[in-house]
Amino acid sequence: MSDPAKLPILYELMLRIRRVEERIADLYSEQEMRCPVHLCIGQEATAAGACAALERTDHVYSTHRSHGHYLGKGGSVRAMMAEIYGKATGCSKGNGGSMHLVDLSVGYMGSTPIVGSSIPIGVGDAFGAVLRGEKRVTMVFFGEGATEEGVFHESVNFAVLRKLPVVFLCENNLYSVYSPMSVRQPAGREVYSVAQGHGIECHQGAGNDVAAVYDLARKAVRKAREGGGPTFLELKTYRWREHCGPNFDNDLGYRTVEEYEEWRKLCPLEAFEKRYLASGAVAADELRRIAERIEREVADAVAFAKSSPFPQEAQGVYAP
Amino acid sequence: MTRELRFFQALREATEIAMSRDPSVYIMGLGVPDPKGIFGSTLGLREKFGEARVLDMPTSENGMTGVAIGSALAGMRPILTHQRIDFALLSIEQIVNQAAKWHTMFGGLMKVPLVIRMIVGRGWGQGPQHSQSLQAWFAHVPGLKVVMPATPHDAKGLLLASIEDDNPVIFIEHRWLYGMSGPVPEGHYTVPLGIARVAREGRDLTIVSTSYMTLEALRAAERLAEEGIAAEVVDLRTLSPLDEGTVLESVRKTGRLLVTDTGWKTFGIGAEIIARAAEGCLASLRAAPVRVCLPDLPTPTSAALAARFYPRAIHIWKEARNLMGLAGAEGRPFEPPGVPLDVPDPSFVGPF
Ligand SMILES: Cc1ncc(C[n+]2csc(CCOP(=O)(O)OP(=O)(O)O)c2C)c(N)n1
Ligand SMILES: [Mg+2]
Repeated sequence: MSDPAKLPILYELMLRIRRVEERIADLYSEQEMRCPVHLCIGQEATAAGACAALERTDHVYSTHRSHGHYLGKGGSVRAMMAEIYGKATGCSKGNGGSMHLVDLSVGYMGSTPIVGSSIPIGVGDAFGAVLRGEKRVTMVFFGEGATEEGVFHESVNFAVLRKLPVVFLCENNLYSVYSPMSVRQPAGREVYSVAQGHGIECHQGAGNDVAAVYDLARKAVRKAREGGGPTFLELKTYRWREHCGPNFDNDLGYRTVEEYEEWRKLCPLEAFEKRYLASGAVAADELRRIAERIEREVADAVAFAKSSPFPQEAQGVYAP
Repeated sequence: MTRELRFFQALREATEIAMSRDPSVYIMGLGVPDPKGIFGSTLGLREKFGEARVLDMPTSENGMTGVAIGSALAGMRPILTHQRIDFALLSIEQIVNQAAKWHTMFGGLMKVPLVIRMIVGRGWGQGPQHSQSLQAWFAHVPGLKVVMPATPHDAKGLLLASIEDDNPVIFIEHRWLYGMSGPVPEGHYTVPLGIARVAREGRDLTIVSTSYMTLEALRAAERLAEEGIAAEVVDLRTLSPLDEGTVLESVRKTGRLLVTDTGWKTFGIGAEIIARAAEGCLASLRAAPVRVCLPDLPTPTSAALAARFYPRAIHIWKEARNLMGLAGAEGRPFEPPGVPLDVPDPSFVGPF
C-alpha cells in the first residue's frame, strides 16, 4: 500500500457501499423501490479503490451497476435512496431511478444502462476538459461485457489518439447477465490484451484487493493529470447477488456454487480487516466508529427517501 | 386442437416448429440459451436443436446484426433477439442501411430473410432507456416489415409467417403481453403479414390499436358497450405493410376514428393511420380523429410519474365519448382502487 493514510477512507467507502446495497436488498421486498436494481455486493473494492484515487473535481461515468461508483465518488446517500424510491428529492428527481444516478456536486456525471454507451461520453468529457484547458481526469467504469461493443474500441482509439486524461476502468466479474465469458470471448485471451491493441497502457489487477486497486488507479490518474494520456485497468472481481434484483441466484445453474464460494472467500471487506487490523495499520475502534457512522447514515437516508414526496411532474424535454 | 397458451409459450412454440421444419432457421441473441430464456420464449430450444442453432452472442448488437444479415444472404434464416428495443438501437445502421436495402439496391438479386425480435419494456421503473416503443421508426423505412402481435394466437402465427418471409421483419413484442393467455392452435399455421384483425365489431366508432393497447382498447369498448356505444376495435397486427383496406372499411362504416398506440404521439402510428383516413375516406369522417398515445416525453422512472405517463382504457373511453359528442363524464376507474399501475396484472411475475 503506497499510502497508508488512505486506509480508513478506503474502508469507509467500501463499507458504505456494502451497507447501502445490503439495506436495499433487505427492503426491496417491500415493493416500494419500484425499479430494477443491479447490486455490486462483492465488488466494493474496485469502486472504492479507484474513486479514492480521484479528486473531488474529477469526473466519473458509469453503467447499470453503478451504486458503488456513485457512492465511491462521494454521491449523496440520501439523494440516491430517494431516487430509487422514485421520489422528488432523488438525484434525478424521480426521472431516472437506480440506473440513472447523478451527483454533479462531487463530479459523478451519470450512470446509463445501455452497455458501453457511457464510455465515449466520458472520453468526450475529457476531450472537452482538454479543449477548455481544465486539469481534471475522467474515469469511466464499465463491465467486461462492454468491451465487446464496437463503441468501446472506437472510444479507446480516440482517447489514445488525442492522449486524453481518461482512466478506463473495466470490472471483469466474469459474467454478462447469465452469460459466461466462454460464450462471448475466445478462451485464453485476456480482456486487457484486446485494449492493448489500441496502444493504450494496460494493467490487470485483483479487483477485491482495495489497496492494489488504489495503487493502480493512483498511477493512472497521476499520469492522466500530467498529460501522459489514458490507461486501461482490468480488475477481476465477482458479483455475489443476482444480475438484477436483491436475491442470490446460484440455483439457476449458470455458475457453480464452488465458484461462488471461492469468491466469497475473497470478500474485499474481510480481506481488508484481516490484513490491516492484524498489522496494526488501522485501529479497530476507528473502524468501529466508521461502521457506526455509516449505520446512522444509511438509516437516515432510508427514512429520508421514504418520507419524501413523489414528484408531481416529469422533467420537460428541452433545456429552457 | 386448440388450447390455452401464454404469449411467451406461443412464441416458443412457433420457434420450435419453424426450427423443426427448416434446418436453415437458427436463433441468436444475448441470453437466448440462458436459464431465463428470453422471458421463457426460448426455453428448451438449446436442448432440442443444439448449440450451433441456438446461441448466445457477444454484447455486440451492431456487428451481430450484420453477421445475421450475412448468414441470411448465405442461405440461413436467422432470428435475432433483443430483450429491449432500446438495445437494438446500437444496430440501426445494419438494419436500416443494410438489411432493408440489400434486396433492392442490388437489383433484386439477393434477399434477407431475417427476423429481429425486440421487446418493448414497461413498468417497474424501466425508465427512459428500457421502455421505448419505436415501431414508427422501423415502419418508416421501406424494405422492413414490422409486426406487433397482441394475442398468443397471433404471436405464434405471425412469428411463423415472419420466419417464412423472405424479407427482414422487425417483430415487436410488448413485455406486458408475455403472461397473457389465449387460445392457440397446435401445430403449424401462419397469420399472414399485412392483414389486420377486427377484434370487436361495432358501428359507432373505430378504434385502431397496436400491440398491448389492443387490450386497453377492448376494455374501453366493453364499458362503451354498456353505455350503448358500439366501438369497433381494429388490431393492426402488422404495421408494415399496412392493411389500409380493413381500416378504411371500418371508418367508412362508423365515421369516427380513434387510434391508440404504444409509441409516442408525434410522427407516430396514429399520425399515419389518420393520414390514410384523410386521404382515403375523408367524406366519411363525422368528427376530427383522435390519438391516444404516449406524451412526447422520455419515460419517467418513478412509479408516480409513470402512472400519469401511460394512457389506459379510461383515456380511450373518455376520448371515445368525446368523439361521440357525449358530455365529459368523469367515469369510474377501470382498475380497483390502490392497484399499482406499473405492473400489468396479478398473473405477471417479473423480472421486467
Ligand atoms: C446495448 C445493451 N445490450 C444489452 C443490454 C442488457 N444488459 C444489461 S446489463 C448487461 C450485462 C453487461 O455485462 P457487463 O458489462 O459485464 O456488466 P455487469 O452486469 O457484469 O456488471 C446486459 C447484457 C443492455 N443494457 N445494453
Ligand atoms: Mg460482467
